[in-house]
Amino acid sequence: MAESEPAAGTRSSLRVARVLGRGFALHLKMMMRSSFDGLLGVLWPLFFATIAFLMFRAGAGGESLVFASFGAAVMGIWSSTSTSAGSAMQRERWHGTLELLVSAPVHFATVLLPVTVAMSAMGLYSMVATLLLSRFVFGVDLPFEHPVAFGFAVVATVVSIGAMGFLLAVSFVRYRTAWALGNLLEYPVWLIAGFLVPLTLLPGWVRPISWLLAPTWGVDAIRDAASGGGAWPEIALALGLGAVYLTIGIAVLETVLASARRAGSLALA
Amino acid sequence: MPPVVEAIDLHRTYRTTTGTFRRRSLEVEAVRGVSFALEEGELFGLLGPNGAGKTTTIKMLITLLIPTSGQARVLGRDVVEDARWVRERIGYVFGGDRGLYERLSALDNLRYFAELYGVDPGRQRARIGELLELVGLQGREKERVEGYSRGMRQRLHIARGLLHDPPVIFLDEPTIGVDPVGARELRKTIFGLKEAGKTVLLTTHYMFEADALCDRIAVVTRGKIVAAGTPRDLKDQVSDGVVVEIEVYGIENGKVESLRGIDGVTSVAVEDRDQAQVVVVQAEAGREPTHEVLARLDGVSLGRVTTREPTLEDAYVALVTEEPVAGDG
Repeated sequence: MAESEPAAGTRSSLRVARVLGRGFALHLKMMMRSSFDGLLGVLWPLFFATIAFLMFRAGAGGESLVFASFGAAVMGIWSSTSTSAGSAMQRERWHGTLELLVSAPVHFATVLLPVTVAMSAMGLYSMVATLLLSRFVFGVDLPFEHPVAFGFAVVATVVSIGAMGFLLAVSFVRYRTAWALGNLLEYPVWLIAGFLVPLTLLPGWVRPISWLLAPTWGVDAIRDAASGGGAWPEIALALGLGAVYLTIGIAVLETVLASARRAGSLALA
Repeated sequence: MPPVVEAIDLHRTYRTTTGTFRRRSLEVEAVRGVSFALEEGELFGLLGPNGAGKTTTIKMLITLLIPTSGQARVLGRDVVEDARWVRERIGYVFGGDRGLYERLSALDNLRYFAELYGVDPGRQRARIGELLELVGLQGREKERVEGYSRGMRQRLHIARGLLHDPPVIFLDEPTIGVDPVGARELRKTIFGLKEAGKTVLLTTHYMFEADALCDRIAVVTRGKIVAAGTPRDLKDQVSDGVVVEIEVYGIENGKVESLRGIDGVTSVAVEDRDQAQVVVVQAEAGREPTHEVLARLDGVSLGRVTTREPTLEDAYVALVTEEPVAGDG
């Protein structure tokens, strides 16, 4: 008996969900198994957070330390994604698995997205470490007024930064040295997304760029939820921008893959 | 019935650059007009030395590379236009250490690829169990791959390639670097695939492997097929010739080249054996080139000289060491 269209659609959606879920679990497991990577993932952001706290304490202190705490916490998620998304693709090349993933009969986006979301989820480690550092080492009294909204804001930030990493990773698939792009973007985004400096201090022409970055809204949502403001519009904006990144990434992915298949660059390590 | 795998005048050119400051773009023709067809249930071998274009040919057939020109079909579908359809029906296994997630167990690797290849969730556990048994890894599946030997990794590769039970399987040098006992086990598994009705395209640079496994062989060198047929056909090509082997201790290229000019000589190859080299000269039937060869090697320190009948290995060596004819690249 022929399968009805809705049944086939459900089966197809379930398959995509399973590929995404399995990919996420597998890549997270792989990253967690490297204790050295894990240690670096926690220590690296702590150095930057410490510098930020010392500067803010010497300056305004008080409220601005709370501002810096949440900003530094999201910095870790962004850094983990921007620098690791490129090296993850490069690692797939070295392992010889990139060709196997590309030749699998699923849309490559379902293979790539879990890798970058797993990277940003790894950034949660550093987020927790940074918040603990600010609370217990620097004695910052961190508010958590709306815990539910705070939880949603963190998830929205992780997912939307993961989607941004996905967009970057699309270029890494085609160009071997594009991982440098991720490193290049790491620090400017710290600044432009307002992790440490309020956007109002930046020149006017920078602000429209900030609005196009999901981390800007993610960190805003986290700060608002923590301090008791209405975080939901920012959560929606972060997720909405994440969806836009995904749509663009998926739209160009087939073209990028066709170009890589023409150039023969998939196997090059 | 159309062929299961079909390559029609496939060409593939790579662009590369040379130089650091004065960069120059170069075009390398890796595959130059390869055509062949596999029937259902056939085990077909692409045999050739490193760099002959075997892997490039396979990568075009499995949709990883787009041909520069020519056409390739699998189960009647074009590999460029219907890439996803083709991917669902083929398995790809390559040799060597790479292609696995080392920090994960064999079971994790297989579970992930089972998902990617759309193996029914209700069937996954049983299918993975069957394959672990087939490749002899049951009981070791929970260990991390980084602790596996080369042979175990290769067997895991085969299990991965068979997860979705594809009717067509591409094996790219699956026994490379595996010890003799492990390689024999792998060949047994490959032969089992043919017995199970799979259509298999195997690339190798081991003549004896192609001879033992393949129904038909195509010898590829410098991106072209230079001979094709059954192993018997290839043996017949040299069965009435003669082979002279001369042990030498240090020989210049000029001397080797001079041997090619001897009337009746069909091929000259040099093999390294321990401290010495062995010059293998093949000649047409009825010729006795030994005297002329020794005369041209005057001044070279010589060891043992033997004359024997040609083997299949000699047929292969003769085919892949033949000088390219004028205008042939």
